Amino acid sequence: MRRNGSFAVLFHLLFVVFMLAPLAIVCIVAFTPEGYLSLPTRGPSLRWFKAIFDYPEFLRAFYTSLWLAALSSTMAITLAVPAALAIARYRFPGREAITALFMSPLMVPHVVLGIAFLRFFSQIGLSGTFTGLVLSHVIVILPFALRLVLAASYGIDRRIEHAAISLGADTMTVFRRVTLPLILPGVVSGWLLAAINSFDEVTMTVFIASPATTTLPVRMFLYIQDNIDPLIAAVSTCLIVLTAGLLFALDRLYGLDRLFVGSGKG
Amino acid sequence: MSLAVSERNAPYWLTAPGLLVFLGLVIIPLGMTALLSFYDWGQYKGIVPTFTLKNWVEIATDSYFFEVFLRTFRIAIVVTLATALIGVPEANILNRMSPAWRSICMLVVIGPLLVSVVARTLGWALLLGSTGLVNQGLMALGLIGSPLEFMFTETGVVIALTHVLIPFMILAVWASLQRLDPQIENAAMSLGAGWWTIWRRVILPQIVPGILSGAIIVFALAASAFASPAIIGGRRLKVAATLAYDEFLNTLNWPLGAAVATLLLVALVAIIVGSNRLIERRYAQVFE
Amino acid sequence: MSHLVLEGLGKSYGAVTAVEGLDLAVERGEFVSLLGPSGCGKTTTLQMIAGFVPVDRGRILLDGGDLAAVAPNRRGLGIVFQSYALFPHMTVAENIAFGLEMRGIARDEREKRTLEAMALVGLKGFADRYPRRMSGGQQQRVALARALVIKPALLLLDEPLSNLDAKLREEMQGELRQIQRTIGTTTILVTHDQHEAMALSDRIVLMNQGRVEQIGAPDAVYGRPSSAFVANFLGKTNMLKGQGTGTGQVSIDGFAVAVEGAGAGPLTLAVRPERLVVMPAGTAGFGGRVKGRVFQGSYWLLSIESAAGPLIVMRGNDGTAVPVEGEAVSLSFATGDAALLKDGAAS
Repeated sequence: MRRNGSFAVLFHLLFVVFMLAPLAIVCIVAFTPEGYLSLPTRGPSLRWFKAIFDYPEFLRAFYTSLWLAALSSTMAITLAVPAALAIARYRFPGREAITALFMSPLMVPHVVLGIAFLRFFSQIGLSGTFTGLVLSHVIVILPFALRLVLAASYGIDRRIEHAAISLGADTMTVFRRVTLPLILPGVVSGWLLAAINSFDEVTMTVFIASPATTTLPVRMFLYIQDNIDPLIAAVSTCLIVLTAGLLFALDRLYGLDRLFVGSGKG
Repeated sequence: MSLAVSERNAPYWLTAPGLLVFLGLVIIPLGMTALLSFYDWGQYKGIVPTFTLKNWVEIATDSYFFEVFLRTFRIAIVVTLATALIGVPEANILNRMSPAWRSICMLVVIGPLLVSVVARTLGWALLLGSTGLVNQGLMALGLIGSPLEFMFTETGVVIALTHVLIPFMILAVWASLQRLDPQIENAAMSLGAGWWTIWRRVILPQIVPGILSGAIIVFALAASAFASPAIIGGRRLKVAATLAYDEFLNTLNWPLGAAVATLLLVALVAIIVGSNRLIERRYAQVFE
Repeated sequence: MSHLVLEGLGKSYGAVTAVEGLDLAVERGEFVSLLGPSGCGKTTTLQMIAGFVPVDRGRILLDGGDLAAVAPNRRGLGIVFQSYALFPHMTVAENIAFGLEMRGIARDEREKRTLEAMALVGLKGFADRYPRRMSGGQQQRVALARALVIKPALLLLDEPLSNLDAKLREEMQGELRQIQRTIGTTTILVTHDQHEAMALSDRIVLMNQGRVEQIGAPDAVYGRPSSAFVANFLGKTNMLKGQGTGTGQVSIDGFAVAVEGAGAGPLTLAVRPERLVVMPAGTAGFGGRVKGRVFQGSYWLLSIESAAGPLIVMRGNDGTAVPVEGEAVSLSFATGDAALLKDGAAS
């Protein structure tokens, strides 16, 4: 295979700058000592990070987001594991349609989902509740969970389970002792990817979150709509650092390229 | 044969919980939204559940809606082209890297995908503002005399969305590059092809399906993007998603907002399904 | 009563018949191979015995009891899979002990029997190794130990040696045969490899397109193939066209030989390449001309255009002169070396 030429390297460097510049500028501005948006030319200051604690709504929103992500991804993975096993190993009438339905939240614009949930929840009295928020998040993150569990399920040799059966294991024992351990990497990364997607979701959530159940991205979005100041940059910086940590964990656990490539179409 | 019977029903039992949730929380709400678009609405009377085509007629006749949808799809097409123009060479460059470098650079590609869109768009708002780094840099280089307008323009939205969506293009192209036989370049070289010929005649034709599937993903996400257009485009530069948001949460004309949302969904599904069909028909013989 | 009886066994997938009318009785302690090309139904048959594929027609009786009523995990059969199907997340000892654990056998007894099984297959000292870190041959032994440790009523082997290289395969064949003789477990082997089937089995069941072609001891099936398919599938063979004289003899170009069951009119005989005798022209026999010869070390392969059709002859490298290309020769074979093919017209 040919090596990259110098032009390619230059192109790549520009690309890296393009990808990282907006994240870098947020992190840099967050350290400004000034009361307005500027680069920290007088030396870095933690002033705006301390200021976050004067705005309890950000902290509250952060906890809401954490809870929401944990709950909804756990529910999503619970639904995804049996569904993935069914899709991966059986050929049954309706298989394609069922798979398409489970994957459909990737194709339906989140604005449309937000509107649909707003309408639906206001009709059945779940409007603005945390329950409604969790249910709606389960829907939008299930495709991510399903895709990873599915990839893991396709990978296992059914004869390993047959071996367990021939040795006397019943259905539950086969699942617990053989199948689940084999798909565990997929389950864990599926859960994590689902949780991250839930944590980041803003477009749909902005429709259905009430002031009491506002998530962090929604709170940030609404804040930016009014004004952009170093405070929001500081909040974003915390978020970026947190995500970077998770990213490394995920890379160690599963390998990022495996996570996003070769697990079917988006 | 109780075994055979339970085996036959097993997939349905296994998918049943998810199916129930999806029927209740996807099919029904979407159906209700479509239905809502045919309801009447008034400033003082609110939503009136009577059948009317009023909202659809309004969308079809008022040039404002046409303008917004035109802008939405124009932005989506430009973003798709931009991601392809940057993403295809970049994926190729990534593919040529040593494994160690590649895994670091994949972090750069994929990492931003996991950072909240709000934080990423905030970065572009900081960069693109009239006193932002981009304008300051361009002025310092003497390339422009006065600050360019990026905020509240389509150019700004396109830049931010390209950044947000380019990972999807790179991943799609990279996936198809990985399926290439590494020896194929050497084979072409041994037959006397130069690098440009190899790229155009040997590699590109094989990764076109990857580019197209990446393009479909990027197009769909760009056309339905909300946060980036809302922050960069502001209240002046509306796209379909922000228009629906306004109708719902500011004007409170839910039926009209529902009609906008339904139209967006139908148009997108039609485009995605249509182009998928086209790609499959065109490339089915060549690939598997 | 035979140990395992298959009665009119049949299986269809939609319009495709995978297995049809399979009758087989296997005696206790016998080693039987199901041999045939891929798609002949041998694996489906094994899967039906194991219980992973439901039986459509017929019955499977083990010690006189119908297996259909027994769930696959209650059949107590030991299975060695082609891919070995070891549990990758368990150590060798955990893999082998799994079946014992399922049977609720106490820990001490479990450990004792696991160690015994490992000793039987020559895996002492590998207890804490994970399958991933073992060679194909070692994994194969783990799979065998795991299947044998539960003292199965039947041992089912699904192409167990096909993933090993040629040398290792030969070694394992010998070992497998010896282990099976030692413990005396009734064994069914599924394979597409004729050499493996002939080396290992007491009897071979040759299958083709879901049906049994021939059942018999390896040398009997090899020496007296009942059909062109069997003759061709088991080793190299020659199809000789001759004329039945109606007196129990077959005549080829003036060469007459007695063949069991021969009637009158045109018919086809199967004769193995090593059983055809090549003599200088003019000797008693039927005429032919050498088209080519290939040296193979311990023997020569001659291709000969003869009065009975094109032939391949194996000629031992015994130091005598070998006919050269273009030389006219005379061919013959002994009475017992020809088998009359029932589908005589087959090419």
